[in-house]
Amino acid sequence: MAIDTLSPQPQPKQEPVIADPSRRNPARWLVVAVPYLWLLLFFAAPFVIIAKISLSDTAIAMPPYTPVFEGFGKFGEFFSALDFENYEFLASDSLYIKSYLNSLRIAAISTALLLLIGYPMALAMARAKTSIRPILVMLVILPFWTSFLIRVYAWIGILKPEGLLTLLFQSIGLMGPDEQVQILRTDYAVFIGIVYSYLPFMVLPLYAALEKLDNTLLEAASDLGCPPWKAFWRITFPLSLPGVIAGSLICFIPITGEFVIPDLLGGADTLMIGKTLWTEFFNNRDWPLASAIAVILLAVLVIPIAYFQNQQQKAG
Amino acid sequence: MKNSRFDATVLTLGFAFLYIPIIILVIYSFNASRLVTVWGGFSFVWYQQMWSNQGLMDAAWVTARVAVISATIATVLGTLAALTLVRFRKIPGRFLFSGMIYAPLVMPEVITGLSLLLLFVSLNVDRGFWTVIIAHTTFSMCYVAIVVQSRLLTFDRSLEEAALDLGCPPVKTFFHITLPLILPAVLAGWMLAFTLSLDDLVIASFNTGPGATTLPIKIYSQVRLGVTPEINAICTILIGLVALGVIAASIATKRNEVRRQRDEHAAAAG
Repeated sequence: MAIDTLSPQPQPKQEPVIADPSRRNPARWLVVAVPYLWLLLFFAAPFVIIAKISLSDTAIAMPPYTPVFEGFGKFGEFFSALDFENYEFLASDSLYIKSYLNSLRIAAISTALLLLIGYPMALAMARAKTSIRPILVMLVILPFWTSFLIRVYAWIGILKPEGLLTLLFQSIGLMGPDEQVQILRTDYAVFIGIVYSYLPFMVLPLYAALEKLDNTLLEAASDLGCPPWKAFWRITFPLSLPGVIAGSLICFIPITGEFVIPDLLGGADTLMIGKTLWTEFFNNRDWPLASAIAVILLAVLVIPIAYFQNQQQKAG
Repeated sequence: MKNSRFDATVLTLGFAFLYIPIIILVIYSFNASRLVTVWGGFSFVWYQQMWSNQGLMDAAWVTARVAVISATIATVLGTLAALTLVRFRKIPGRFLFSGMIYAPLVMPEVITGLSLLLLFVSLNVDRGFWTVIIAHTTFSMCYVAIVVQSRLLTFDRSLEEAALDLGCPPVKTFFHITLPLILPAVLAGWMLAFTLSLDDLVIASFNTGPGATTLPIKIYSQVRLGVTPEINAICTILIGLVALGVIAASIATKRNEVRRQRDEHAAAAG
């Protein structure tokens, strides 16, 4: 035992100052180039193409759009064929503007609900005994590993009018035998589905921030006579803000473009832009319009996405 | 004391919310009755029906192959990307690179799916099995990169430096020293990529073609027609497989951890 305590403590990690012998190694460039080129080709380049196609005209053909760029010989034609027709159409039809606004509204309310439910859970996990914390984290992660689609599907059986919630309410006398819950195909069902699916994404960043919290601060506050609720607002909450921001962004951004949940749980009047894009693409086969919808959605989300990246880069 | 009672209540309610729907789904896959609200007795009838449903089985086989291949490519690319992020901080265009790693994590799936499809169309690539694999590899490699990156950041480089100082070539150092040390994270990344691929509906729908219908696409098209216990049965099997995988992985990591701690103690003591 004594040897253990006497053995030198591990040195704090330092970036090596010595010249890295791998610097002139060709393998080094391969390490960088392979993932870099892959992402450039399959993640970045598609955005250029989607922007281009959003400016082209719809055609009933395969592919269902007029190609706007064919070789360098037709450079003049390329520019003359481009127009903002699809964007003008998006702005003229209130369906699309309503879809964008409603998506942002649903994403904002859902994120607030997620914070309200996720924060107490994360706090309780962070305050639990150190020995059971890994089990609690595991329990939060486990639903994430089961299919998203399956979890949304599970709610259909519960929420539908002749489903299990009706059965439950009838059996405890909250509802008469011919009454039924009318939740499925409404916005409420969408909120339930979103909160259910995204809860792990909210709890984990919050927990990561709260777990690092120094307990002596709270002890000091309580020793000096600060009531617990005040200590929470003055100490715990401000220190957990990075987790709050990370969790909110991780939920808010994808929820705005969500398709599966509004499609399976929402009603015909639940307008969400992901669903509108899907309909334009798969049902109306209007690829240029679908591309224009995607470009605008990206423009709406570019600030939160950039903020998220900035946060991650600071952390990483 | 008051705190701990509040915490226990919150956690109980929270976990009940997370698990009850899944438990109900599993229970009703064994229901003999077709109706969700009626319990017609315990039976395996839906499992038999599922097994004889050729379309569902074909989709399951496609999904399994897509998930294994895309997870494997994504693990290689993601590990390289993590090495780039952590070790080669001064590469040109680093900001763009890390942006391309973080953006897919939050990017709405409809955007990723549609834009990639348009790339394939403009390159005149026929959509099908391999386009789904490329699509899945592209977004899951970013998750792998994040998982491996966090391991690389907390990793003691002295062993690597020792090997390099003693003249071991960098590539050999990577395979003999670095890779074994980051292996748990690499394997966790593979599993994450595998489940992400297994799970994906939206991106696969855009990039699939004839003969490459994946299980989520199949499930989705059946769910749109209404809830059937057959779907409950296949969902139960998927949940069971994932649960087994996660439990096996956590036992393996725990065992590794114990062994490593013992080795470290032994090394320190003697």
